[in-house]
Amino acid sequence: MSSRKAKSIEQRLYYSLHRIRRVEEEIARIYPTDKIKSPVHLSIGQEAVSVGVCETLRKDDVVFGTYRGHALYLAKGGDLKKMIAELYGKIDGCAKGKGGSMHLVDVDNGVIGTSAVVATTIPEAVGYAYAMKYQHKESVVVSFFGDGAVDEGVFYESLNFAALKRLPVIFVCENNFYAIHTHQTKRQSKPNICDRVITYGIQAERVKNNDVLRLYERVSIAVESLRRGETGPYFFECMTYRWREHVGPDEDFHLGYRTREEAKTWIDSDQVERIGKMLEAEQRKEIEQKVESELMEAFAFAERSQFPDPSELYTDLFKEM
Amino acid sequence: MQRNLIYGEAIREALDQVMEEDTSVILFGLDVDDPKAILGTTRGLAEKYGSERVFCTPLSEDAMTGAAIGMSLAGLRPVHVHIRMDFLLLAMNQLVNMAAKSRYMFGGQMHVPIVVRSIIGKSWGQGAQHSQALHALFMHIPGLKVVAPTTPYDAKGCLISAIQDDNPVIYVEHRLLHYQNGKVPAKPYTVIPGKARITTQGSDVTLVGISYMQIECLRAHYYLGDVGIHAEVIDPVWLSPLDIDTIVASVLKTGKLCVVDNGWMTCGAAAEIITRVIESVQGRRELRVRRMGFAPVTCPPSPTLETIFYPNGRTIASAVYDLVKGGTNDWLPQEREDLKEIEFKGPF
Repeated sequence: MSSRKAKSIEQRLYYSLHRIRRVEEEIARIYPTDKIKSPVHLSIGQEAVSVGVCETLRKDDVVFGTYRGHALYLAKGGDLKKMIAELYGKIDGCAKGKGGSMHLVDVDNGVIGTSAVVATTIPEAVGYAYAMKYQHKESVVVSFFGDGAVDEGVFYESLNFAALKRLPVIFVCENNFYAIHTHQTKRQSKPNICDRVITYGIQAERVKNNDVLRLYERVSIAVESLRRGETGPYFFECMTYRWREHVGPDEDFHLGYRTREEAKTWIDSDQVERIGKMLEAEQRKEIEQKVESELMEAFAFAERSQFPDPSELYTDLFKEM
Repeated sequence: MQRNLIYGEAIREALDQVMEEDTSVILFGLDVDDPKAILGTTRGLAEKYGSERVFCTPLSEDAMTGAAIGMSLAGLRPVHVHIRMDFLLLAMNQLVNMAAKSRYMFGGQMHVPIVVRSIIGKSWGQGAQHSQALHALFMHIPGLKVVAPTTPYDAKGCLISAIQDDNPVIYVEHRLLHYQNGKVPAKPYTVIPGKARITTQGSDVTLVGISYMQIECLRAHYYLGDVGIHAEVIDPVWLSPLDIDTIVASVLKTGKLCVVDNGWMTCGAAAEIITRVIESVQGRRELRVRRMGFAPVTCPPSPTLETIFYPNGRTIASAVYDLVKGGTNDWLPQEREDLKEIEFKGPF
């Protein structure tokens, strides 16, 4: 890989990582004003997982995610203005103000859906992958979920069916150790998610330390293999860490279920800063300016947009025949 | 051209014709390709359309329902089959949280054209977990359509309509209805959502029978006819959307309504139908109402208990007699041998 090419990947990664970080910092800043009409589950600290994976994908690849979905939506190319308008409950939101932060969607950019009920989109990703195979389409499907989803029965049902049919799906487990406030070791008899997955005949590996470059490299290989028509599925357990509270804009170390000291290792190895430092000062500044101007534009768009007309309450329940 | 088919054959023909026409239709569920072929309703389809389009699934109702939704988002029209309606409880999260809500909560960008077939069991000691009728649970949820055809004609037409519908449809069969014989056109046709059928005309009382209870209501109609009471029997066919107008028009004529559900009564389909009729008719006409359904207990297998767990033609006739005459009359008709094997002969 030439240094010029490598730099270009780093620029792309930094743009996406920094943009997500700044969008969520701005959401957190604005949240106390009550302009945002939706509970927010911030990805601050975890951006590397969505970015490392989505940078390997094309527009016609699709992702399914969770209520902690801002990072995934943006990393996959979801429209920023429509996302902020959705958080504001406005008609120009990505779901017309009918979804909120937990149900972001951008079909044109392959964000097929996010769900508030843990693990519910995993089988959907598998079904979508079945359809891609059946229709002989090249699109790769990626299912994002947390370590909490691994507790659910549907996770194992989905793995089994995906493996049975050798489907072109990549499972991405964002392991941030906590399901709300409960540590993985209090919920799972062994913290060996990859070992369990491998028994289904699925290639699985753990990517440590929130390492965005390593994740990008490993997922690229999986995506290229699926693109060549080789069989899936693949599984990645991505070790990461949530800096803020489960839901809401603040920190939560005062609750006592985890310590600031535990978080420090992860904050010290922040991937936004790590990749930023790899760029030349000028490149970095250029990206940061672009992001700030996008941000201002997106929030201004959300402010300007109207709330839905009351008549909207009754539309979109069924597709009219 | 019309032939006599049984209900199950009508379902099989619907599946075959839709799959022949549209390669986006795929069919799966436990045992759809096994020797018994879901009471024959899927017989030969795996051989004809291949194992990618017709396949047996792992025993994973939750994931396979999610997979069906995912397939539908990618442009397929999956038909997911459950030989026991009781097992749908394993799929409720996907049906209620995703299938019903995806169109609305994603702002109209998506639609979920899935059909979920399931069969209600009855008799031969099916017992607690092979007998449940859960259609009312699904009627409660905005975003789902629910249909419970009772005749071979409607079984075929409603299934084609359900598969062609761009929205999730819960298609409710009944084990005993699979024996019904009736005229079925050879060509594909649809019975579209939201239209009830008046199955016998009458002026004294309106009798609404849901799913298999439609057959028991037709039996009751004959018993009542013997004592000069003319019941208008209605089959709602589609429970959601519900054609309340046809029922209301009948009640405006008769002033008396008995709804017999093939299910429990509390928060049930009968409660819903009666409430909506009262909301519409009160102040315009005097009316009296009655609902019947499963006894409010778990279904027992022992025949002496199972028999009285369900309403039947005679107990329905008895209740309707009281509704029409007023008071308690202790009238119960003698069982008529000729009504044991009743077949639907509806006006088409």
